[in-house]
Amino acid sequence: MSGHALDAPGGHGLTGTGVLYRLALRRDRIALPVWVYLGTAMVASTVFSFRKLYADEDSRRTFAAGIDGNGSLRALYGPVFDGSTTGGLTAWRMGVFGAVLAALMSTLLVVRHTRAEEEDGRLELVGAGAVGRRAPLAAALCAALTANAALAALVAAALLAAGQSAAGALAFGLALGTTGLFFAALAAVTAQLAETARAANGLAGAAIGAAFVVRAIGDAGSGTSWISWLSPIGWAEQVRAFAGNRWWVLLLPLAGAALLTALARTLVARRDLGAGLLPQRPGPAAAAPALASAAALARRLQRGPLLGWTLALAAAGAVFGGVAKGVVDLIGDNQQMAEVLARMGGQQGVLNAYLSSIATVFGMVSAVYAVQAVLRMRAEEVSGRAEPVLAGAVSRLRWAAGHLLFPLLGTALLLAAAGLTAGLAEGLALGHGTGGAVGRMLGAALVQLPAVWLTAAAALAGYALLPHWAAAGWTGFGVFVLVAWLGPILQLPQGVLDLSPFSHLPHLPGGHLDAAPLLWITALTALTTAAALTALRRRDLG
Amino acid sequence: MTTAISVSGLVKTFGRTRALDGLDLTVEQGEVHGFLGPNGSGKSTTIRVLLGLLRADSGTAVLLGGDPWRDAVPLHRRLAYVPGDVTLWRNLSGGEAIDLLGRLRGGLDPARRAALLERFELDPTKKGRAYSKGNRQKVALVAAFASDVDLLILDEPTSGLDPLMEEVFRDCVAEARDRGATVLLSSHILSEVEALCDRVSIIRAGRTVETGTLADLRHLTRTSIDAELAGPPPRPDYVHDLAVDGHRLRCQVDTDRLGDLLTALNAVGLRTLTSRPPTLEELFLRHYEGDPGGPGGPGEPAAAVVR
Repeated sequence: MSGHALDAPGGHGLTGTGVLYRLALRRDRIALPVWVYLGTAMVASTVFSFRKLYADEDSRRTFAAGIDGNGSLRALYGPVFDGSTTGGLTAWRMGVFGAVLAALMSTLLVVRHTRAEEEDGRLELVGAGAVGRRAPLAAALCAALTANAALAALVAAALLAAGQSAAGALAFGLALGTTGLFFAALAAVTAQLAETARAANGLAGAAIGAAFVVRAIGDAGSGTSWISWLSPIGWAEQVRAFAGNRWWVLLLPLAGAALLTALARTLVARRDLGAGLLPQRPGPAAAAPALASAAALARRLQRGPLLGWTLALAAAGAVFGGVAKGVVDLIGDNQQMAEVLARMGGQQGVLNAYLSSIATVFGMVSAVYAVQAVLRMRAEEVSGRAEPVLAGAVSRLRWAAGHLLFPLLGTALLLAAAGLTAGLAEGLALGHGTGGAVGRMLGAALVQLPAVWLTAAAALAGYALLPHWAAAGWTGFGVFVLVAWLGPILQLPQGVLDLSPFSHLPHLPGGHLDAAPLLWITALTALTTAAALTALRRRDLG
Repeated sequence: MTTAISVSGLVKTFGRTRALDGLDLTVEQGEVHGFLGPNGSGKSTTIRVLLGLLRADSGTAVLLGGDPWRDAVPLHRRLAYVPGDVTLWRNLSGGEAIDLLGRLRGGLDPARRAALLERFELDPTKKGRAYSKGNRQKVALVAAFASDVDLLILDEPTSGLDPLMEEVFRDCVAEARDRGATVLLSSHILSEVEALCDRVSIIRAGRTVETGTLADLRHLTRTSIDAELAGPPPRPDYVHDLAVDGHRLRCQVDTDRLGDLLTALNAVGLRTLTSRPPTLEELFLRHYEGDPGGPGGPGEPAAAVVR
């Protein structure tokens, strides 16, 4: 692996790539397996549940025909190329999302080991050793290659285990893996352009989003449009796994990855360590008068992420609301699917069950935001930035309160945004008036708030008690969301389901609005928060 | 003179590590007090107890007449702190960080802020990440020196500054003292402490091993003597590292025996005499001679000097 032989004169080569590659795998020994497992588990659960839900070919064909007749579903998931096999349906359902997952995994991986290292100054330490100039980039790309190869192999193995054709399974695995590789190479370029890891991830993330949208536009019409071919995610669909397996399409992402890698390699040679190619704008020489308290600082730090999350949830609301009609048409024919949805959404009537289940999804996604917003305090403390603030005339409670405003009120904003756009889109799509639909969905989304708050309070308690254990903040979230999400599918006993506050929420729209669980979950939130803040006030900081 | 910081018998443990082991520290109001010790000796831990960030296991600490843990907020209005390793917010400019840190302790003097930016040659429009270590330190220093406070707590504040900027830093400390402020300066740069401090405390492994003015400390230690005599030199048994070369004598003598030695030398007849007081460096090294793995042997336990 170490590339002494490839080394160009002048130390601009690949020396040390092997060591850095092993370092990258060592540092990501938890994160990478989790990503690969997540992708594999999503595909596996889809193929096994489709096998159960659509056991015979007739039901599969009816289901596929329903999808193909619906533009909004095609825009979200892509077209069904061959609905006669379970593998074909799985490739439809997981193709776009699996490709996006591989792209995200690869982007975060490459930026973490290139620009983030450089930004934190660690690359300076590494670069002073016998390490070639291109070695960090090469090591990150090798790590991405390893991760995507593992993803491709495990996804193919999962499909094989479900009794699907070997060629189709391999084609699907490779479609996801090569998409990941393409975006890894793209992230290698954005890591050269931007000066911060955040900006590099942002640029690559925007490219993933654009690739998703471009193919959504192309797929929305009937038949495949040339527009879909403009998107790397569209290429993953066009491999047509289980529907002819067009192997040559795999060359597109591979060629793209090679070109982008060559570009990144040229850019590395043209810039200084620590510098980007996009200029950094200077900031103001003095602070605005409002930036005068710990709360103002917290607002400044948290407002950007809140804006991003709000836009994302509003967009998700519009998409999920917009496909409501398609889902109803589709599921109306399948009794078993309706039952699964009813177990999750707990509702009579397919539309209400669907709307209620997407409200739950909004709640869980908002809980992710809430935990992140709480853990911003941990980031401030661990990095040492909290120390000079708390050495000012700022009490710990005031400091915490400034940050906690966001999990408290920011989550309400997120849920309101998602409920508003979902109701609007659903009302427009079903043509039964937007006024009532918006009101219903706003209510269904906002009723999630107490459970979201309790998740945030659990994160606060984890941070306050075990600040140096990063996973402490996520433990509560993990238990609450996994139980509420997977519990009904795995048919866990009610006693286990009761552990999650999300299981106790009223199922809106359509269900009975029972205030009691909302009140006691809120009371529990208040108690947990008070206990956590007491612990935070008493413990050592830093 | 009243006392700005009074710490006695401070103990702080982290798990099995005893970071502070009965530490004592007294800083009088209006003085610049040097706080010396090698890495890991407990300087930063002491400072963080004084800032109310850590809670001591036992012992007492009084800061500006208050309890640093209980009265943290009102006390912090009267002090400014510069950490040894400054991290800044990546989306805030240096100027914004200076203003914010100043306002958090009750405001800063805009004229002095502008003058300090000039003197430290700091560009306040850069964003946090774009600053080097030295420049991040300058941000914290400008915020501290531009505030009108009674006490400055500086934790190795010059480790990233170049020699020119270190000169500016020394001037700023002197000006703060002239304004009547008290300064606690933790450092392991001895020349800096020697140039700035009225009194010093030397700590080791969480304990204070010596405290006093530089003159006091020197008094407890040895003076180097280099003399040329009219005849063969005497060989008194109370001197150390004696070297005789013809009529020339070189040795070290405990300060309380200096008079005896001079009388003995005079009896022979002095031609030339050079005497050099011990530098802080020598003082410091003597305290760590007994360190396992340190440069010196086990022959000179530091505790002997304390007594």
